[in-house]
Amino acid sequence: MLEPDVIDRVLAEAKRNGAPFAEIYVEDRRSTSVSFDDGRVDQVSNGRDRGAGIRVVRGETTGYAHTADLSELGLIAAARAAADAAGRGDGGSRVVGLAGRAPERGERREVVTSPTVVSKSTRVELLEAADEAARSVSPSIVQVSAGIGDSVKRILVANSDGVFVTDEVTRVLFRISAVAEGDAGMQTGSESLGHTRGWEVFGEFDVADLARSAADQAVLKLRARPAPSGQMPVVIAKGTGGVLFHEACGHGLEADHVAKGASVYAGKVGELVASPLVTLVDDGTVAGEWGTRSFDDEGHPTRRNVLISGGVLVDYMWDHVRASREGRPVTGNGRREDYTSLPMVRMTNTFVLAGPDDPEDIIAATPEGVYVARLGGGSVNTATGDFVFGMREAYLIENGRITEPLREGNLIGNGPQVLRDIDMLGADFDMGGPGTCGKDGQGVPVGTGQPTLRVASLTVGGTAA
Amino acid sequence: MSPELLDIADRVVAQTQPGEQLEAYVARGSSTEVRVYAGEVEHFVSAASEGVGIRVIRDGRTGFAHAGTLDPAAVAEVLAEARENVTYGTPDEWAGLAEPDGVEPIEQRLWSDELASFATTAKVDLALELERLTVALDERIRVDDANYVDGGGEAAIVTSTGVRRHGRSNACHLSVSTLADGDGETQTGFGFSVGAHPGEFDLERAAREAVERATRLLGARKPPSGRTAVIFDPFVTAQMLGVIGSTLNGEAVVKGRSIFADRLGESIAADGVTLVDDPTDRRAYTATDTDGEGLAARRNVLINAGRLERFVHSSYSGRRAGLPSTGNGVRGGYAGSPGAGCLALRLLPGARSQADLIAGIDHGVLVLSVSGLHSGVNAISGDVSVGASGIVIRDGALAEPIREFTLATTVQRLLSEVVEVGADEEWLPMRATGVSVLVDGVTISGTS
Repeated sequence: MLEPDVIDRVLAEAKRNGAPFAEIYVEDRRSTSVSFDDGRVDQVSNGRDRGAGIRVVRGETTGYAHTADLSELGLIAAARAAADAAGRGDGGSRVVGLAGRAPERGERREVVTSPTVVSKSTRVELLEAADEAARSVSPSIVQVSAGIGDSVKRILVANSDGVFVTDEVTRVLFRISAVAEGDAGMQTGSESLGHTRGWEVFGEFDVADLARSAADQAVLKLRARPAPSGQMPVVIAKGTGGVLFHEACGHGLEADHVAKGASVYAGKVGELVASPLVTLVDDGTVAGEWGTRSFDDEGHPTRRNVLISGGVLVDYMWDHVRASREGRPVTGNGRREDYTSLPMVRMTNTFVLAGPDDPEDIIAATPEGVYVARLGGGSVNTATGDFVFGMREAYLIENGRITEPLREGNLIGNGPQVLRDIDMLGADFDMGGPGTCGKDGQGVPVGTGQPTLRVASLTVGGTAA
Repeated sequence: MSPELLDIADRVVAQTQPGEQLEAYVARGSSTEVRVYAGEVEHFVSAASEGVGIRVIRDGRTGFAHAGTLDPAAVAEVLAEARENVTYGTPDEWAGLAEPDGVEPIEQRLWSDELASFATTAKVDLALELERLTVALDERIRVDDANYVDGGGEAAIVTSTGVRRHGRSNACHLSVSTLADGDGETQTGFGFSVGAHPGEFDLERAAREAVERATRLLGARKPPSGRTAVIFDPFVTAQMLGVIGSTLNGEAVVKGRSIFADRLGESIAADGVTLVDDPTDRRAYTATDTDGEGLAARRNVLINAGRLERFVHSSYSGRRAGLPSTGNGVRGGYAGSPGAGCLALRLLPGARSQADLIAGIDHGVLVLSVSGLHSGVNAISGDVSVGASGIVIRDGALAEPIREFTLATTVQRLLSEVVEVGADEEWLPMRATGVSVLVDGVTISGTS
């Protein structure tokens, strides 16, 4: 994407004020999206976004500037702005030395068919089929909206420590939501499918199945009763509940929160922070998953990082800035939304490994409670540990059996307490749907996963007594 | 003011072919973000961006494309792609661009030269000063970060239907996030100040609010479950207004996704509720003179003394509803095409202070913050369930702090159970103003 000698000159300019570290991140992203709504193609659109971000780190200060002008002149101007933003330091070397080197390339992970060779009419046909499948479920389905978005992003990262990598990241995403109308108003159901892979995903998954599932949810909820309120046991179906760990402890294990003492998990390495059933992993290398990458956005290889093992806190997640301050290795968790954004510590695919229990026994062992078949998004305050997450499809458990469907609502808990309260963990496992994790205004794709599990006590935020 | 962006848009629209409608939106912007921590600059981001979005409509089919550059070759490619995308669309009899409607924009001062020429070092100093003021107020307080942010930009929109507008705006704000340490626990808070230029900042107030928000919650416990009256603090009300606004969106109405679709002219809220969308009020953070389709922004009364008066419409949703656009085309920059949406919501304030509202309640909760609106609020079913923290109200006075509970109701019930709107209106860096609101019949879910 850029010649090594150009990069050398840009990084040298970035170090003009004597900063010890400079980095360039270049991105060229092409995207296509087709949206279908109200029984017709709503819009077909294309996007092209490319640019570079230059980062200069001097002491505690990071300077950052970005530009859409990828000429050497444009890059030098951005490098100068980043250098000035980082302020003056005492003379480090300006020699970078990438000239003559070839960048290390990311593996082309499992992209069989690039979306760029797939016609837009194919996308339209898939969406028409999905719309029809959802509407065929029931006459009470009154509205359907669906979309396909895909992107191919080429990136280059080079820094003054000698990192020099390029990668190509291909993602496809399908989403559908259905509205059902009954005597008591409207209800919604939704499904999504997202992978860091090519178009071949649509040969393996049937969008019509996803469409019917979304419609089924909406229709089912027409007879849902208000969710209960108060503390009770909650069983969460495999795959859907990874977001619980993402919120209950994932964010709190990000080294930037930890370093500022803004995490309930600060200073707890080596301590028992969860039920001994819990082993939590963040792994950016899982083939094809939504949060998967060859390199993070600082050019470091992604890895499988065990965060909690048998309930004991093993390590936090680290990016360049936090790791170099502690004089320790990075963990491949430095990510950014795009070239306009500073990288920071982020999760990739975060999941809990399977446990010992038969999933059916978990429900049977729960006399009264709530079974959550599908969770929505969530959020957390890392300093207090209090977190919420939504239930999109849930049922009452009565006498060890799943009974009535419930209306939507949030669940609330405190991270460290909920981790200790996990008292049953299934022998099954699944990854969940694609998620977008928001932090400090930046959204990045993340995956989550978990086996069926029970939390002995969570607060269910419904309106029923 | 540079006419360059208008020229670029004009050149695109000059290529309109017979039988097609064409819209070019061209924008350029820059921003600065300074974050300080422990007396040092943690990061300084200097950003510049530009781009073009082109919408083409032919035979009722719509195509769109964008690029994050104004390079002439890229602009030409965007036009070609938007045209190609049209061919995959389905005809929609209501598709069409906005047309001039004779409503002239109300000129507003959206640009400050003072801000545009504000020195970089002064930006850093403001953030450092805010951090210093905040930690000095209370020894239990740590600062997580203090920030100065500004942004400015210009945009031009030209359509083959006769819309041609160009404008520019800039704004800045300061914010601080706090951590308060108590007996083995930490609570968090935030404060901010917004201004057309840095001379309008109130650092002391931002610092004080950030300290109070965090320290007021120290010692908070989980409350018992039950149904109660609550007072939403102004910031919480502003978040809730965002949800209510989405149910009054004309596009949701014409596509059968609004709980209020069939209720025009009926009472949907308590008498004390008058909700307007008014981007022409300069005090609003999202004030603007034109909407995302280039039509004049205007004041629209949505709910008048409890009665549903109107929905907000873009030209598309309006045409489909048999009504004119209300000037509510919303566009998320050059990378997206416009839809309908509220621009600057305002719940008209009442007569009494928050303290007076509290004094009139035997038992209730002052809600200081809510979380999980994206996961616990469904504007189509109307279900509302959010995480919350706040302070118990007992015998007309504030008592102990509470946290880790949820509030649940429905949008319909929330609107009809508004008992009183306070007088303490606040202009926040959001699409809605804040004001204290007393609401009855909300379910609290906590212990047992």
